[in-house]
Amino acid sequence: MEVLLPHSLDEALAIKGDRPEATPIAGGTDLMVDLNFGRRRPAAMVDVSRVPELASWREEDGHVFLGAGLTYTTIVKEMPAFKPLVQASRSVGSPQIRNRGTVGGNLGTASPAGDALPVLAAYDAEVVVRSRARGERAMPWHAFLTGPKKTALAADELILGARWPRRRGPGSFSKIGTRNAMVIAVAGLCLVIDEDGHRVNVALGSVGPTILRATEAEQQIAAAIQSTAAWEDPSVTLTDQVIDEFAELVAAAAQPLDDVRGTAAYRRHGCRVLARRAITWALNERRLPAWL
Amino acid sequence: MVVRVKVNNEWRQAEAWPGASLLTFLRERLGLYGSKNACEQGECGSCSVWLDGALVCSCLVLAAQADEREVRTIEGVTASERLHPIQEAFVEAGAVQCGFCTPGFVVAVADLLQKDPDPSPATVREALSGNLCRCTGYQKILDAVSLASTRMRGRT
Repeated sequence: MEVLLPHSLDEALAIKGDRPEATPIAGGTDLMVDLNFGRRRPAAMVDVSRVPELASWREEDGHVFLGAGLTYTTIVKEMPAFKPLVQASRSVGSPQIRNRGTVGGNLGTASPAGDALPVLAAYDAEVVVRSRARGERAMPWHAFLTGPKKTALAADELILGARWPRRRGPGSFSKIGTRNAMVIAVAGLCLVIDEDGHRVNVALGSVGPTILRATEAEQQIAAAIQSTAAWEDPSVTLTDQVIDEFAELVAAAAQPLDDVRGTAAYRRHGCRVLARRAITWALNERRLPAWL
Repeated sequence: MVVRVKVNNEWRQAEAWPGASLLTFLRERLGLYGSKNACEQGECGSCSVWLDGALVCSCLVLAAQADEREVRTIEGVTASERLHPIQEAFVEAGAVQCGFCTPGFVVAVADLLQKDPDPSPATVREALSGNLCRCTGYQKILDAVSLASTRMRGRT
């Protein structure tokens, strides 16, 4: 076994070009567990935790770019304007884990329970990757996350980060688990409202082979907001029946399985509860100027 | 491979298997047994140390990732032979039973109190959410944090 320690992005990409089998390691919160338990013995690892180009975020041309190496602690500290992302980041592991774990790790591991992933899906994010041989490419999150722990990343590529259009409107991330910390979500949900595009995006984690969008529910609730003229007048309230229909459609979008953390039926119920809470929070928040 | 780390203000180097964790390196190569090995998956916090000032589980850091970096362990919490006020508070509050989790807790509490000398109860619980204790039921640990916080603020 060998560990390669690049100090720049070019150096890291050159290593991946020459040694595509080298497994990237950043925070190590997933990979180290496999190493400690002897479940994986990569021939080589490339430590991307010292690549400065990966460890920052910026706003550019109405978009946000989040570097793959940004830790959850840094997101909580530096990105308060992105509330659902901060809520998801703060729900990851413990302080120790958040000081190491990165969004790039959630993307690379591609577990359906990765807490940042429903947020990126609700943001309509694309994943930016680069190789020395073919340069940079970007693909929508759903084209990148191809299945449970499977991605479209080529062997010689590294994940640079995620990019999404900056939008105006309330939103939240919430998840269900046995504790408030150190929990792999039984179900997770991110809801964001796009005030200018008149859209509501809902993404689900831990309830399918990969992250799912509840598109029928999104259309139903956006149509209900439209038909009551609530886009223009946030003080208009939606009926309980509309909210219940929305929660049912979100639950119907889940594709859960029974496993050690919960049954399929419990997960689907969890989606229903999270959906009702999230839309209620968001509609209440629209009535306040806090997100402006 | 040779890994060189500044541990508790002293540069030290030793041979390490490239897949070894920082925890294994500290314990088995440098003889620093204060950081405990329990879950090896970041669940229990017994191996908590600072890496370049950030609280981390040393079982989830590759020793190679700490190369040319600064690590502070429980052994470096106090420079003298006397106990650190946090350690004294743990003893007095009865927050130590079998003691296995204690080094990780003391490091996590020290990390918290240097950032927030007078934390709210909710802040303490969140800050210690990555450390497990199977003996005390946590209440005495929370009492110890409160005692340490009061005393340390009194001294400055």
